[in-house]
Amino acid sequence: MRYMTAQSASAAAMALAEEPGKSRVLAGGTDLLVQMKAGNLTVDLVVDIKHIPGIRDIVPEAGGFRIGAAVANAELREHAGVCQQWPGVIEAAGLIGSTQVQGRSTIAGNLCNGSPAADSVPALVAADAVVRVAGPDGTHDVPVLDIPAGPGKTTLNKAQIVTSILLPARPARSGDAYLRFIPRTEMDIAVASAAVNLTLDATGTVTAARVALGAVAPKVVLVEAAAKAIIGTKLEDAALSALAQACEAACNPIDDKRGTIAFRTSTAGVLARRAAKIAYDRAQGSANAGASK
Amino acid sequence: MKSLHISTTINGDPVEFICDPDEPLLDVLRNRLHLTGAKEGCGTGDCGACSVTLNGRLVCSCLVLGAEAQRAEITTIEGMAEGDQLHPLQRAFIDGAAFQCGVCTPGILVAAKALLEKNPSPTDEEVRYWLAGNLCRCTGYDKIIAAVQVAAAEMRSA
Amino acid sequence: MALDQAKREFRQVGTRPNRPDGVDKVTGRAQYGADMTAPGMLTGAILRSPHAHARIVSIDTSAAEAIAGVRAVVTGVDFTPQEDNFLRDVQENCMARDKALYDGHAVAAVAATSPAIAKAALKAIKVVYEVLPHVTDVDAAVKPGAPIVQAGRALENVPAGMSENVTNACEFGHGDLDAGFAKADLVIERSFKTAATHQGYIEPHACLASFTADGKADLWCCTQGQFFVRTLCSAIIGMEASQLRVTPSEIGGGFGGKTTVFIEPVALALSKKSGRPVKIVMTRDEVFKATGPTVSSSMDVRIGMTKDGRITAGEANLRYSGGAFPCGTCDMGAQAAFAAYDVEAVRTYGWNALTNRPKEAAYRAPGAPQAIYAVESVVDELCQKLGLDPLAVRLKNAAHKGTLSSYGPTFNEIGLEATLEAAKAHPHYTAPLGPNQGRGLSCGFWFNFGGNTCVSLNINTDGTVGVTEGNPDIGGSRASISLMAAEELGIPYENIRTIVADTNSLGYNDVTDGSRVTFSVGLATIKAARDAIAKMKARAARFWGIDEEAVDWVDGAAVPAGPNAGKFPPLTLAEIAATSPQTGGPIAGHYEVNVDGAGVSFGVHLVDVEVDPETGATKVLRYTVFQDAGKAVHPDYVEGQMQGGAVQGIGWALNEEYIYGADGRLQNPGFLDYRIPVASDLPNIETVILEIPNPGHPYGVRGVGETPIVPPLAAIANAVSRAAGVRLTELPMSPPRILKALKG
Repeated sequence: MRYMTAQSASAAAMALAEEPGKSRVLAGGTDLLVQMKAGNLTVDLVVDIKHIPGIRDIVPEAGGFRIGAAVANAELREHAGVCQQWPGVIEAAGLIGSTQVQGRSTIAGNLCNGSPAADSVPALVAADAVVRVAGPDGTHDVPVLDIPAGPGKTTLNKAQIVTSILLPARPARSGDAYLRFIPRTEMDIAVASAAVNLTLDATGTVTAARVALGAVAPKVVLVEAAAKAIIGTKLEDAALSALAQACEAACNPIDDKRGTIAFRTSTAGVLARRAAKIAYDRAQGSANAGASK
Repeated sequence: MKSLHISTTINGDPVEFICDPDEPLLDVLRNRLHLTGAKEGCGTGDCGACSVTLNGRLVCSCLVLGAEAQRAEITTIEGMAEGDQLHPLQRAFIDGAAFQCGVCTPGILVAAKALLEKNPSPTDEEVRYWLAGNLCRCTGYDKIIAAVQVAAAEMRSA
Repeated sequence: MALDQAKREFRQVGTRPNRPDGVDKVTGRAQYGADMTAPGMLTGAILRSPHAHARIVSIDTSAAEAIAGVRAVVTGVDFTPQEDNFLRDVQENCMARDKALYDGHAVAAVAATSPAIAKAALKAIKVVYEVLPHVTDVDAAVKPGAPIVQAGRALENVPAGMSENVTNACEFGHGDLDAGFAKADLVIERSFKTAATHQGYIEPHACLASFTADGKADLWCCTQGQFFVRTLCSAIIGMEASQLRVTPSEIGGGFGGKTTVFIEPVALALSKKSGRPVKIVMTRDEVFKATGPTVSSSMDVRIGMTKDGRITAGEANLRYSGGAFPCGTCDMGAQAAFAAYDVEAVRTYGWNALTNRPKEAAYRAPGAPQAIYAVESVVDELCQKLGLDPLAVRLKNAAHKGTLSSYGPTFNEIGLEATLEAAKAHPHYTAPLGPNQGRGLSCGFWFNFGGNTCVSLNINTDGTVGVTEGNPDIGGSRASISLMAAEELGIPYENIRTIVADTNSLGYNDVTDGSRVTFSVGLATIKAARDAIAKMKARAARFWGIDEEAVDWVDGAAVPAGPNAGKFPPLTLAEIAATSPQTGGPIAGHYEVNVDGAGVSFGVHLVDVEVDPETGATKVLRYTVFQDAGKAVHPDYVEGQMQGGAVQGIGWALNEEYIYGADGRLQNPGFLDYRIPVASDLPNIETVILEIPNPGHPYGVRGVGETPIVPPLAAIANAVSRAAGVRLTELPMSPPRILKALKG
């Protein structure tokens, strides 16, 4: 195996393109090193992207924030602006692994690892985040939903790297939330998860919503029917039931050591309902916070 | 596989080592530098016994490549006491019987120190969540949480 | 050795001084198994079967041997077959011979100059397997027609006509069951299952072997018993015990799982073949796949009770599987099942069935948690159905002094009633519960053990004392041994240093198991101290010119026994020690014994849980452990045992399990999916220590280490069942299982 530190995104992309064997990008390494240790991945080239200028920065952009691909989740959680604007994304990012793993793991890595159970991905999908991808032919932006392709797979080619993720600006009276189910309180992979991002009007009626589920299908699911179930409502019980039902209908999970099909399906509905309430409260809170200014 | 020559700082000391490109920092510390205080309980980031800090961040050294230590600052359990003066956490762990077999203890002490530097007055629940990545199979964690709080109180009053 | 006196005043025993190995362990300086190195050391690595059950057709190691840097390769044929069944099983568990019996069974090993070369060598070994049908579930294994794991292994008392997988059978009890059940107002019969769980010590097995050309060898390893390691390894390697010195490292947890050998004979064989020291360190994956989990179980329990809560009869059928080799753990389960109860009619049957799983190793009170979980669950359900207070029912039926126990002996002084009374009086028992919350209670029991023990105690000329004992310190025992020596000698704790000896420095000591160390080694230490005191009194007598009988030992000094003995100022231990070269030479005390009278141990656990009705998640809200310690020598470490055991039991009850796929392979060989409790899962574990002196120990000490893992399974099952409103009968009570039960 060779190890190189790339000084620019194009240099990283070039090296990855030129490697005839198996190559991997190293940001936090919390998935990559585990796979190497398990012996089911033999890598010929590892490109460490942490030395690319700007890749560890969080910068305000167009009312939102651009998060560098090598920003560790522990750093992300310390960023007051992102915490205030996207609390659901922050709580999702904060659930990835232990404190130690937080010190290294990144949301970009969480996305590129391709796990259907990745915690930050449903929250990023609900947030409609945009991924900046660099490759030998330049840079382009992709909706986050278009990156995952199935367990362990993404739509990126071997020479492409994610350089940053943009969390967009958001309207007033918006809130997001992420919940996952794990058997313990920490240190597990999500058995099912749900992210809800919504916006209210002045009366407290939901005007826009995005609902995404994790760990219940080969890749993250954006459940448009669930969003429709709550748009135009104030999250009355009937709306929440419809939301949960829509989520359950969108599930296509597997039975495995972490959970059963029945458990994942029913839990996804429960979590979506609970996350929606939290997001709703946050949206109302942000309205109140705005009003008091 | 071509070995790499790495220059780094460990517990304040300049250190040079060579390592394989795929060699975890934990293996470098233990096998090449004889800093065996960090333990390998799993090698996959699930137990925390190999905890060190890398540029001030708490990490599992089994999930860091030795190569990434280039020009970095690393602290390990061996750097926690100052000379023969134990850190308040180290004293509190002995006084409070906060370990039985002791194999998870170095990792827990390194992690707890990182917590108290960030949050000098954690609640018990905050201590428990911060240390959730440090498995202990002997104690049931009770005396560990208590010892961290004793040390925190002492450090606040210092 | 009898209790000195029932109401003894202690000066040091019962205090909480710092442990002697404390600084080493908080500074990273303590040396554990994997921390040992030797000049010229090679890396050993083991190739393991990917199949649950397969005949080994051939192993071609030539390509591996041809790799530069590979210094030795061994397979099953390098180990001489053992005639003794027990030794043969241990050996074949370390290295398969004709068949691979479980996923992860060792089939070959290499020693190489670097870990990378060793890894490459393993890949170069070609093993041809003939895959055989497998069985991993105990209920499937006992059925006629099940794949046979090993043929011809049934003991003589196993009835004919059962599956050949059934190897062990036992029966305990007394009284007329039919008459007992006839007296009951309500009889409940239920079936239970428990998953195999792993001891989960954080330190993987590790050893360093150095075999020299003259046939001598040194072995450093993390073990609960260096002497037993020597016995096993010398037999397997075919050498005299005197030629193998085993030195235990600090041990990073064991819980019974480090009472045997897995990699040590392999490292010795590789070292012998290569002529170089060889170190083997297991990965976590290897620990889960190839070292001892506990038994898995399937059990039927039937208990009858009168309306006023009297247990009239109890019967249990326990089917355990200890993996691919015969296993007697069902005996201990069958003996322990009803130990807490004074019942006229009781019968327990135990069975062991072979499965294609790793060989069971002891895990804290082996066999008892499963059986008592089943019994205590049925008792709780009887209480619920009859509208009785579960604590009152336990008290009404509690075993006490004079009870004919369900497994044969009649109990002496035991602490069960006092422990139950303490639980009843505790505010936890009457604290209010909220919605979806439930409170569970269970008794627990363990036999405790004494065994072969010897201790040397050396009086240094500066007045300090060195104690040499032969049991690895797994949770603070050097502190408690030092305390007992200090108590007896009457000198400060700080003046004593206790060390754990290698196998050449002391006579045979049984393994650190059966909660025996504080009891047995403590007893031997007290006796060794008394031996040294007798010698010091003799020196004083000679100095004063009086009879030895006229000298007493008070507060660390020899004094004349009374006014008639003469009027001399006390001679302190330090003074006697300082002049010892002139008064007859060094002074030392010794004691060698096979200790009896360990004194059984009872505990009671109380737990409150909350069950999320929508997800089946269980949160442990409050937990209190009540246990009889006889005498708590170092209360911190007694509490630590109670807390640690309770938390291991919480893990077993809620999340821990060996999960096998249809292919017979272990699905979760790592801490990510083998879910031991993490700090944030738990509340504080409150402890209440009772002290009902053990008549078999001078200070009244009972072992405390194992009992605490026994009650949590049932205590939590009872709490969850009450919170959920539905009886759970399978462990672990993982959220999918609870949610399924809730949805009916």
